[in-house]
Amino acid sequence: MADPQVLVRGGRVIDATGERVADVRIVGGVVTEVAPSLAPEAGSLVLDAEGCVVAPGLVDIQVHFREPGREDAETIETGARAAAKGGFTAVVCMPNTDPPLDDAAVVQAVLERGRYAACDVRVAGCITKGRRGEELAPLGELYDRGVRVFTDDGDCVADALVMRRAFEYALALPGAVLSQHAEDPSLVAGGHMNEGEWSARLGIPGRPAEAEISIVARDLTLARVTGGRYHVLHLSTAGAAALVRAAKAEGVRVTAECTPQHVVLTDALCASFDPVFKMNPPLRTAADVDALKAALADGTIDAIATDHAPHAPETKEVPFEEAPPGMLGVETALGVAITQLVEPGVLSMQQALAALSWKPARIAGLDAAGHGGPIEPGHAAHLCVFDPNERWVVDASRLASKSRNSPFDGWKLAGRVRHTLLRGVPMVRDGEAQR
Amino acid sequence: MPEPALKHLLSVDDLGGRAGIEAMLDLTDSFVEVLARDIPKVPALRGKTVVSLFYEESTRTRLSFETAAKRLSADTMTFSVSTSSVKKGESLLDTVHTIEAMGIDGIVVRHPCAGAPHRVASWSQASVVNAGDGRHEHPTQALLDAFTLRRHRGPSLDGCRIAIVGDVKHSRVARSNVKLFDALGCEVTFVGPPTLMPERLDGWPATVSYDLDDALVDIDVVYLLRIQRERIGQALFPSVREYAARYGLTSERASRLKPDTLVMHPGPLNRGVEIAADVADSTRSLITEQVANGVAVRMAVLWSLLGSGGPVI
Repeated sequence: MADPQVLVRGGRVIDATGERVADVRIVGGVVTEVAPSLAPEAGSLVLDAEGCVVAPGLVDIQVHFREPGREDAETIETGARAAAKGGFTAVVCMPNTDPPLDDAAVVQAVLERGRYAACDVRVAGCITKGRRGEELAPLGELYDRGVRVFTDDGDCVADALVMRRAFEYALALPGAVLSQHAEDPSLVAGGHMNEGEWSARLGIPGRPAEAEISIVARDLTLARVTGGRYHVLHLSTAGAAALVRAAKAEGVRVTAECTPQHVVLTDALCASFDPVFKMNPPLRTAADVDALKAALADGTIDAIATDHAPHAPETKEVPFEEAPPGMLGVETALGVAITQLVEPGVLSMQQALAALSWKPARIAGLDAAGHGGPIEPGHAAHLCVFDPNERWVVDASRLASKSRNSPFDGWKLAGRVRHTLLRGVPMVRDGEAQR
Repeated sequence: MPEPALKHLLSVDDLGGRAGIEAMLDLTDSFVEVLARDIPKVPALRGKTVVSLFYEESTRTRLSFETAAKRLSADTMTFSVSTSSVKKGESLLDTVHTIEAMGIDGIVVRHPCAGAPHRVASWSQASVVNAGDGRHEHPTQALLDAFTLRRHRGPSLDGCRIAIVGDVKHSRVARSNVKLFDALGCEVTFVGPPTLMPERLDGWPATVSYDLDDALVDIDVVYLLRIQRERIGQALFPSVREYAARYGLTSERASRLKPDTLVMHPGPLNRGVEIAADVADSTRSLITEQVANGVAVRMAVLWSLLGSGGPVI
């Protein structure tokens, strides 16, 4: 039997190489032809992309699919389905599971669970055993299982010497990167929202911007002295963005991501006392939001990652200070980026897609599996096809995620995913999940 | 009699500015009159049920609300965390649904988390009164303080100079009082060590002083906040002795006040820490009167939230 053929017809292809009106022919999961007005072969699946952008599949390098440990909030199956509906073809799951991903056997088990998911599921491994910040996790064993991103996410590696040793040790692991949840634990202890005007007024204990800035400053110093690769997870402050910008200019091997929520929402929303607006690092000020936009536009911030953090509804139906931090993200990231960044002219569509696809793919080593494009013959057919002009209203109760904690519930967003293709197979077709 | 159209009292902001606050204080006057009667009770809330839902230890506030409800002939229920199903792990949401199923009209909430009463209000059909939420607000305390002050300085408090002294950072009383005093035209200064001031004061109608002796010159009211000893362990101040020396209202400091300067405290007192014992018991002190007025103020609040809008009787 011949390899299955797919023709994505009538769209506008945008990838790292540029933009052109073209159809995309896929045979056996690989792009074979990119050209205008291709004729479908007999028996091939034709996917309508009229009015759509055809982009490399989106790549989210920070998600929490809660497996193992909190399968009531999300599973790899449901998280990956939600991600595919959001246009993602690959994700990196954070290691703050229970048990944590500090052991090759647990990593292997999670990767196994991901094999039949609606997107490629990779994992980040812990930097330290048990995410306790004391002894190094078996970075080499995890690396041999394909892990390229190491982080104690959720917890910051507070001890400077441990972080330095991790940087040094990882030099022996080509392509590995240390990602930091940059908040100094002693400065944020007991805090639940951004420290500032609003926390003072609301009487909610704060988490100061300086907790992020001081750790990023320290880690950049360590990256500089060791030559190690460093990635700032969910960068949220103007101060940390300025440090990363300066370090990049100096040649330090640093990358950074921000979340859709940090680049759009502010701490003023916490005045509702609704824990849906609670996350770590916390939503910051309007000045920080502006600084993040500028940092995305000038490339200081490389990637948009969602930090998709599902929480079962009952865990968020509590007082603000008692709720766990975190927000859903994979199903709304593209729409928020288009509505809040592309339409107002902060980013071009290509810049937005760079931050959502090929740049994060490179940071996490997912380009080796063909993620992030470009869309050209010989390349794996991981594609995201979306209509940038179609408007839809986010209804948290209808999301594919198991959880409902979206800060964008009720928002009208532009840009709806029509098809998501993983190795040429539609995981989402005409907006409906296929797996 | 003007009546504020209130569903909940979660924050001083709900009172509707100066006019609404003054209306509530005027209404309180009529309940003070009720409380002076031989039978200090009116049927205004007969048939209504008020639950006090207290997630923090409290004596005066809970008793004050319950007395107020009883004087209005409401039925009262007490839900105290130490003896309840919360000990078995019941969530606040489930607890609210449970007590609501019994048919209630008002919930008086105290909780260690800021905004907990707002959450309760979003889950319940009943009227919710904030009886203190974390560091956020304590609106009935602010009302009773203003009411007490008005009886001595009133009817207008315009231009009244008030120093709120102590742990403003962690104080729900300070957060409510500054709003309410400001709305009534008072000038508020926060006094305390920088570590006990809110992290930002943008937009707050208050000035800040780190020097108590400076701040007390020409002051009309010294409002002292309770100091909690556990703040020492959080590196917020070095010792009780140093605090008392720098920020306590000692007898010596009190002797330098104007003759008519008044002293207030929300209680419970740490005698010898934020306030010297003899100052607390002096004729300047309104501390006992604050407690006494608490009942009338809470009657006014409950009646505004739950009453039919008819006369007080």
